[in-house]
Amino acid sequence: MADNGVITDDSVDTSRRKFLTTATVALGAAGAAFALVPFVSSWKPSERARALGAPTDLDLAKVEPGQMTILTWRKQQIYVVKRTPEMLASLANHDARLKDPQSEKSEQPEYAKNASRAVRPDVLVLIGVCTHLGCLPKQRFEPGVAELGADWPGGFFCPCHGSRFDLAGRVFEGSPASVNLRIPPYQIAGETLTVGVDSSQKGAA
Amino acid sequence: MANPSNPNAPKYTGLKGWFYDRLPIAEFIDTQLTGYFAPKNFNFWYYFGVLSLVALVLQLVTGIFLTMFYKVGEATAFDSVEFIMREVQFGWLIRYLHSTGASFFFIVVYLHMFRAMLYGSYKRPRELLWLFGMAVYLALMAEAFMGYVLPWGNMSFWGAQVIVNLFSTIPAIGGPLVEWIRGDYGIADATLNRFFSLHVVAVPLALILLVVLHLVALRHHGSNNPDGIEIKKNLDKSGKPVDGIPFHPYYTVKDLVGVGVFLIALAIVVFFVPTLGGLFLEGPNFEPANPLSTPEHIAPVWYFTPYYAILRAVPDQQLGALLMFLAVAAFIFLPWLDRSPVKSIRYKGWMSKLALTVFAVSFIALGYLGLQPAEGVYVFYARVFAVLYFAFFFLMPFYTRMEQTKPVPERLTYHAHA
Repeated sequence: MADNGVITDDSVDTSRRKFLTTATVALGAAGAAFALVPFVSSWKPSERARALGAPTDLDLAKVEPGQMTILTWRKQQIYVVKRTPEMLASLANHDARLKDPQSEKSEQPEYAKNASRAVRPDVLVLIGVCTHLGCLPKQRFEPGVAELGADWPGGFFCPCHGSRFDLAGRVFEGSPASVNLRIPPYQIAGETLTVGVDSSQKGAA
Repeated sequence: MANPSNPNAPKYTGLKGWFYDRLPIAEFIDTQLTGYFAPKNFNFWYYFGVLSLVALVLQLVTGIFLTMFYKVGEATAFDSVEFIMREVQFGWLIRYLHSTGASFFFIVVYLHMFRAMLYGSYKRPRELLWLFGMAVYLALMAEAFMGYVLPWGNMSFWGAQVIVNLFSTIPAIGGPLVEWIRGDYGIADATLNRFFSLHVVAVPLALILLVVLHLVALRHHGSNNPDGIEIKKNLDKSGKPVDGIPFHPYYTVKDLVGVGVFLIALAIVVFFVPTLGGLFLEGPNFEPANPLSTPEHIAPVWYFTPYYAILRAVPDQQLGALLMFLAVAAFIFLPWLDRSPVKSIRYKGWMSKLALTVFAVSFIALGYLGLQPAEGVYVFYARVFAVLYFAFFFLMPFYTRMEQTKPVPERLTYHAHA
């Protein structure tokens, strides 16, 4: 190249050209990746959906022992069962038939990872969504009902693909579901159950 | 204007000449229609390619019209479909053509795929053609699934719930991924809206592009045929394949007859049994979506049931989902699983014939079992047929290499009708 800026040499500097091409492609790809962010993010739950997912309350005094009531929280059914002493006693008898009796692989808050899978043993709070593929498990609390067998201790049965769960939402062997029914974050203050807020560590003890 | 003594003078004059000069119309006719040679021994199986194209056009046209009346949204979708069915002039016909057309689309696509498996059409040099076809099939499955959600009936809702939750089985990212797909904490308005957008804009665009690529790849090497011989290897003095005939008028006219029969069959079903007893449109989908009530038994539409049966046959959730995806993906690997020196089933040995028969029986049996409740003997048979289904694919490299094949003739076997 001459001093006055006029190109006199027709040869191509291929290494320089290759470097510029690579740098341009790399920078363009990085830019395209950043441009994806708003589009991908737009699919996440909107502010409105998040606001509607706020915690939900229930007055536990209104639930009779042995009965179940259903709340809706974040579009999911929340099963709340007041367990009777007989129901609680039945939980200990069938660990051998469960896939995950200690809830090691299952999803629940730390304070509900115990024998009764609950903060207060008589109050069972579950997400009523089958961990298999999301159907609604039906309540089958009476032990030994004909279609579920004489050794049925009472629990939940999913009509879609036949998963069975006990009265702590723990899944039985032979079910297509692999893990226990999930437990949402919740706290109990007096007789008020609030789903969507974690129990404080003190309350959990 | 045309001067015969001048070799550079345009071949066509007038308005036709004006267009032909500006668009490669003449070249297209010459290379793709009258000058495109297809094997002369195409049989009944060769109808299903063109019929797939007809089904695609039918879905596009009826879909455009349905979009004029359908109102997307949790609160309006179901009612707008009922409005189409009861109050739009001929709305019932357009809707049933679309919903029944989807099933017909899958019937012809499955037969089209089976044809390729019969005659080894996926083998070299047509591997990419097969892969584009598989991409069309996958896009079609996504399109059909999302389309089934749009009427917002109860089976729409629960079908979406089950299928979207399949992604929750992916370790680590499953939960957030499902939330991202739904755009809410459950199947909701946000989910319906995005499925609508994908169903009417994104996936159809992708489908059209993939179909064009599929056809370009097809025309590059030309069609395979029931003998699995390359007709381009046997040319006459003028360079035309001796075993080929011009695509137009020979095959265009033949295809027109097939299209006529296809449309008659479609019309009979649409007019007399549009839901085919719950097989093409399920009963629970005539009730509005209800997040509080799962239908007694959830089954997808028939074209997904072979895979659904495999999903339910496995007692472990992650493995079940994995095997289901693998059952679909297995087709992709066929060009490399098939190690036979010959293409067509006509010249393969008894093991390939037996294996293909076992595959076809398993696919149909799984399709039936996927419609039944997941209990007792049905689950047992689903497991048996799932094993046979996978055996067809994964034993293929062995039996296609082991068996004795028959010699492939030099020319097509062709018997002119007397």
